[in-house]
Amino acid sequence: MAELLKIENLSIHYKISTGWVYAVDGVSFTINRGETMGLVGESGCGKTTTGYGITQLLPSNAYIKEGSKVIFDGTDLVQLSTFPSKKFEGYRKIEEYHPEMRKFRWKRISMIFQGAMNAFNPVYKVGDQIIEAILTHENVTEEEARKRVEELYKLVGIPKDRIDNYPHEYSGGMKQRAMIAMALALNPDLIIADEPTTALDVVTQDRILGEMARLQKRENVAMILITHDVSVVAEMAHHIAVMYAGNLVEKGTAREIFKETAHPYTEALLKAFPSIKGEKKRLKAIPGSPPDLANPPKGCRFAPRCPYAKDICLEQEPPVIEISPGHVTKCHFAEELYGELGGE
Amino acid sequence: MVNWVVSKMAEGNGDDRNVVIEVRNLKKYFELHVGMFKFWGEPIYVKAVDGISFKLHEGEILGLVGESGCGKTTTGRLLTRLEDPTAGEVIFQGRNIATLKGKELKEYRRNVQMIFQDPYESLNPRYTVQKTVMEPLLIHGIGETYDDKVELVIKALEDAGLRPAEEYLSRFPHELSGGQRQRVAIARALVLRPKFIVADEPVSMLDVSIRAGVMNLMLDLREKYKIPYVFITHDIAVARYMSDRIAVMYLGRIVEIGETDEVIFNHVHPYTRALISAVPVPDPDHKHGRVEIKGEIPSPINLPPGCRFWPRCPYAQKGICDVKDPPLKEVSPGHFVACHFAEKFMEEEPTEKTVDVS
Ligand SMILES: Nc1ncnc2c1ncn2[C@@H]1O[C@H](COP(=O)(O)OP(=O)(O)OP(=O)(O)O)[C@@H](O)[C@H]1O
Ligand SMILES: Nc1ncnc2c1ncn2[C@@H]1O[C@H](COP(=O)(O)OP(=O)(O)OP(=O)(O)O)[C@@H](O)[C@H]1O
Ligand code: SF4
Ligand SMILES: [Mg+2]
Ligand SMILES: [Mg+2]
Repeated sequence: MAELLKIENLSIHYKISTGWVYAVDGVSFTINRGETMGLVGESGCGKTTTGYGITQLLPSNAYIKEGSKVIFDGTDLVQLSTFPSKKFEGYRKIEEYHPEMRKFRWKRISMIFQGAMNAFNPVYKVGDQIIEAILTHENVTEEEARKRVEELYKLVGIPKDRIDNYPHEYSGGMKQRAMIAMALALNPDLIIADEPTTALDVVTQDRILGEMARLQKRENVAMILITHDVSVVAEMAHHIAVMYAGNLVEKGTAREIFKETAHPYTEALLKAFPSIKGEKKRLKAIPGSPPDLANPPKGCRFAPRCPYAKDICLEQEPPVIEISPGHVTKCHFAEELYGELGGE
Repeated sequence: MVNWVVSKMAEGNGDDRNVVIEVRNLKKYFELHVGMFKFWGEPIYVKAVDGISFKLHEGEILGLVGESGCGKTTTGRLLTRLEDPTAGEVIFQGRNIATLKGKELKEYRRNVQMIFQDPYESLNPRYTVQKTVMEPLLIHGIGETYDDKVELVIKALEDAGLRPAEEYLSRFPHELSGGQRQRVAIARALVLRPKFIVADEPVSMLDVSIRAGVMNLMLDLREKYKIPYVFITHDIAVARYMSDRIAVMYLGRIVEIGETDEVIFNHVHPYTRALISAVPVPDPDHKHGRVEIKGEIPSPINLPPGCRFWPRCPYAQKGICDVKDPPLKEVSPGHFVACHFAEKFMEEEPTEKTVDVS
């Protein structure tokens, strides 16, 4: 499969008055065309920062560390629209409204924002907002754009007579679908979907995920699906990346992550999740809570909560180990633990 | 392993167990105030809860599940008398709680406690942990001396897994993690040794790694003190984990109620079927069987005639489902379903049922 996106050693830190928040640190992964990658992890682990870091739609206190690469279809987006910071050595600052970058946003990489239900401007009709997006990026007439929106509405399953309604006249599920229509409007190569169904009921979630999977296959778009819900990625993703405290701790195929778990945090996460399938087992809570990213623990960031941690874990940052082709994990004891973890 | 034991017991003894609370045909209609139009025509009602009945037994956890707006929270508020019913009864110790006044009402408020979804909002930000947990003791005049009260507070905090409790006493909510805050809320509910607890989405806001700890805590406390819970959640996997029995609500009604695994694996109602087949499973090998249901939940203002699920139901039959309201019928011991074709679905192959053989 053709590689579409390659992220190498991506580090994004936020400057705050007391120092830095190490929100994303040394994250690497690749995505092929037409593939879905699930990005999972708990609240505050850096999922949104990673996702938005790709198109650099980040708050103004975000800085990208030198050496970070986001290579999208051959172009390094970091080099494209950031410049070395004068204030902070070793960091790059994002240039807002960079014209080159704007060619990538929406047209080639589109986004479904976290809390997308509120992403539409309440004073404009939903359809007009999508038409507007098409008109700004493509050389088409208003009529053609409207036609496209009608097609998109059909695709995502909203009756086309709702095009001229205002956002408040849509239910939560409809707004979410309209957001998907918007994300597809310009035939992107990659969709970054940040918690696209988190606020929805299961029945609506199920429908929207089903639709997304179908559309994605049909249009051969790649997708990064950001969620805290491991059962959602189990259902949707070919590959899964697990984040913990700003680090990518494990990445592999969905099967590898679930059945051949190679990182203690992944194991803990899976064991903490109830299921309606299989026997009812006592869930295992993970002791403690995730670290403050302004002050992450030395060594392995999971060490203070890890049942397998030894002295070295508290001292040295673990290397990234490729435990089998394409299956990587960031743990000192990955080799020893591989095969023992995750056992169902 | 705790609640399995109880549910086994429950099977054997059926309804002989001690009933702690009984709900009979309970209704709550909210009148909508639509400005000046109120002068004309009929008032408009939201039928948030529209005739539900169930019993909660000693030591039992009853899960209340359903989609947003189906009336779960309203049911919880009716049980705790934060809301007065439009019709129907909640019977506690032989009395309809709506008739309680003064001292008796205060006594009831002591016996039932509620735990809310948002530990950030349910705790007073200006109160220390000690003050928060001690407040109910002061209101109800429990514990003779101040030291007695402190001791009860410490006991409750330790029960809630905040150990050593002394370390938490002088902290404020903002100095606690989300999970710790929810534990303080649990300690506050427990300190009065209530006869039952209504927990409304108590773990929905918590992070996965913390959620399991709070759920285990609630199960352990039930085991230790035999306090029954009504456990409200929109997450069916969570409901399965927590509950001995599950009641599925749809538009103000209970459409199916029974032993947890009966509802999860041998559900009969078409809505339960759709709901459960929509639940994602954390296993990439799981084959997802989708049951299509049409449209979206109608508003509880304009309820459809007949079975309120019929406009979305793939099995609905004209002339029956859209005309007659199906009553809750017992399809097997302790398993009740409100559908005209319940018996027929009972006999059918469990096609969509998520029975697992692996
Ligand atoms: N503008 C900012 N300034 C400082 N810190 C920030 C800023 N935005 C985010 N953070 C911090 O960066 C870390 C990562 O945040 P991010 O939003 O990427 O997490 P997330 O995994 O998407 O979480 P959630 O699941 O809650 O959406 C968090 O610790 C967060 O508090
Ligand atoms: N005070 C009120 N006035 C008018 N309508 C109300 C009031 N409280 C609740 N409702 C309506 O009653 C219905 C049931 O609401 P309820 O909060 O009980 O649902 P729920 O099942 O708890 O939903 P959720 O999962 O979203 O918490 C909804 O349609 C709601 O809008
Ligand atoms: S009564 Fe009819 S409409 Fe209602 S659930 Fe049963 S089959 Fe469907
Ligand atoms: Mg996020
Ligand atoms: Mg509610």
